Amino acid sequence: MEKVMRLVSENGLVIFSKSSCCLCYALKILFQEIGVTPTVHELDQDPEGREMERAVMRLGCNAPLPAVFIGGKLVGSTNEVMSLHLSGGLIPLVRPYQSISN
Amino acid sequence: MLFFSSSLYISMYCLLPDFKLSNAYNFNLTCTKAASIISSRSMDFPSTLFVPSRTMGTYEPIHQIGLWGENFKSIGSPNISPSVIFDVANKLENESETTSHELLAPSSKYDQEASKPFDKIQRRLAQNREAARKSRLRKKAYVQQLENSRLKLIQLEQELERARQQQCLYAGGAIEVGHLGISGALNSGITAFEMEYERWMEEQNKQICDLRSALNAQISDIELHILVESGMSHYLELFRMKSSVAKADVFYVMSGTWKTSAERFFSWIGGFRPSELLKVLVPQIDPLTDHQILEVCNLKQSCQQAEDALSQGMEKLRETVSATLASGQMGQGTYLPQVAMAMEKLEALVNFVNQADHLRKETLQQMSYILTTRQAARGLLALGEYIQRLQALSTVWANRPHGPAKLTVENVR
Repeated sequence: MEKVMRLVSENGLVIFSKSSCCLCYALKILFQEIGVTPTVHELDQDPEGREMERAVMRLGCNAPLPAVFIGGKLVGSTNEVMSLHLSGGLIPLVRPYQSISN
Repeated sequence: MLFFSSSLYISMYCLLPDFKLSNAYNFNLTCTKAASIISSRSMDFPSTLFVPSRTMGTYEPIHQIGLWGENFKSIGSPNISPSVIFDVANKLENESETTSHELLAPSSKYDQEASKPFDKIQRRLAQNREAARKSRLRKKAYVQQLENSRLKLIQLEQELERARQQQCLYAGGAIEVGHLGISGALNSGITAFEMEYERWMEEQNKQICDLRSALNAQISDIELHILVESGMSHYLELFRMKSSVAKADVFYVMSGTWKTSAERFFSWIGGFRPSELLKVLVPQIDPLTDHQILEVCNLKQSCQQAEDALSQGMEKLRETVSATLASGQMGQGTYLPQVAMAMEKLEALVNFVNQADHLRKETLQQMSYILTTRQAARGLLALGEYIQRLQALSTVWANRPHGPAKLTVENVR
């Protein structure tokens, strides 16, 4: 879907989320802890949200939201991000997008 | 808590795809060997055995008592008398060194004789008969309990019907249902889990035993690797079980009802906090290379960050549920819409429990990558024993004397 692809290519670090979802919130906190500010797109606040959610799933995200894209590529949902972080792979991946103050 | 013998689990184990009959036989064999060593010493031992030792690696778990001594329930029950334990501990003070040595390496004297196939077969047949007998008794007890539960359920349903007919507010009736609570499906999910968990714990203790013997016997890395792999997949099995019961009743998992009280004290979203366990276990795995120390440090930090994130997410969930439940006017006694909305929000709890377990799994996995086989074995042994110590703490705490009396051997009676 175009909107999804555009958002994903324009921003290095994108999270598709729902404002009511607490697990999505937890993931946002995690990125904060490692010193990055991802571009968050709340699909429940977007009129095209449903379609976007379907598009994200077609791109390979098996779990429900949140869906995390880094450098235009789908990383996955909470499971994948946690695994990546514990294996030490998340920080190198987000380093290009870390805020200058860090 | 129901009392299940190893035999019932062994027979049920047959249903599991990766069941190894050899494990069950070895387990019985090891315990029987140990029991026969004890009885052959013609000492005035009760069938409980508590061998204290200073280092973690040679600590004899109280849990084994449930398997050697037929009349003892598993560790979760408050019925184990610590007076017996401390009593025996005092008697054993002089014997502990030799006894523990023999228990840890029963191979010295017995393996030569047991290498005769006829003896082995006879022993196995006897064990099988005993196991079958125990199994029948357990089944009987379990069926009896089911019957009792069924009768209770009928009783409660009748009470509920009476209350409804009295034109109570539906809300009042709903509260009744909540307390009673549970649909048949829910209950059976929990019952199944509790049965499986007792089995799991027995297998766990057997594996701890094996690890301890293996590390003391200086077996090869290849053989040790097999034990480590068993240990890892055993934990994975637990996570699968938890995931299943979380779908049935997430509050059951959150409250840690199946665990002992001391374990529950450390509970974080339905289990241990992985970073806490790392702090406990890493000193037991020393020495580590500089590179390993760095990797473990990073792992611990990542873990803590992930835990913080989940904790904050949980906090948000609590706020959300609370706000939803409290929305609208209070005081009229009608609140079904709020309850219905809160139900939807609460469903996210299952995801949090799964994420927390995922974190535990990943931590375990990462440690297995960082450590050598031998270190991983020591780590698993330490972890298993740490849990056993927590369980022992729970039992002793439950039986502690009340009032200002000190915990001496005399007072513990």
